[in-house]
Amino acid sequence: MKVLYFAFLRDRTGTGEETVNPPPEVRTVGELVAWLSTRSQGHARAFAEMAAVRAAVNQEYARMDRVLGPDDEVAFFPPVTGGSGR
Amino acid sequence: MIRIQHEDFDPGAEIARLAADGAGAGGLCLFVGLVRDMAAGQPIAAMTLEHYPAMAERELARIEAEARSRWPLRAVAVIHRYGRLEPGDRIVLVATAADHRGHAFDACRFLIDWLKTRAPFWKKEETPAGEHWVAARTDDDETAAAWDKTRE
Repeated sequence: MKVLYFAFLRDRTGTGEETVNPPPEVRTVGELVAWLSTRSQGHARAFAEMAAVRAAVNQEYARMDRVLGPDDEVAFFPPVTGGSGR
Repeated sequence: MIRIQHEDFDPGAEIARLAADGAGAGGLCLFVGLVRDMAAGQPIAAMTLEHYPAMAERELARIEAEARSRWPLRAVAVIHRYGRLEPGDRIVLVATAADHRGHAFDACRFLIDWLKTRAPFWKKEETPAGEHWVAARTDDDETAAAWDKTRE
């Protein structure tokens, strides 16, 4: 499974992309977050405040209860701040 | 028409292209977003826009399709830049061509409001106090959500 990190999540995990093989009990995005958080202190800090984290599966926004498959591309990032002006 | 690029764009050339793509339209509406020089009382030296390329393409295409489903548009252009930009630089262009100006204005406004809350781009600002990621604004979400209420 490919996991991507953007913005402050990339800074904190220290990587933009990693390939992981979570155990079978990790079924959902939320469970993947809990499992990834144990990988390093940086990962734990990236996921410390889940209100500031959004997820996408295969380039589409996904909720934490979304069920994952082994070939999915999962991305984690903060709420978006593109465009300009107010 | 969706483009994601580091390079600058020429609004005049984009107007000409939109007029050609939307030939027969009664009007064009265009919004160009620029890098501000101040944020939260601090001068900005520059900002870097990071993005998730594959998802940004999909989200912008989805936003364009949504606008086309709501208004009768002859042409749509959305260009978003990424990378390091300085105050005054162009960041984003949204433009619409329609038979009537009301549709062109409304769709243009819808596109920029939705893009700001859905397209996966993130800004990091450089100020005298250092670099920081810009936090999302909840009033942007509310502005975009207000369009949902206009759906009926």
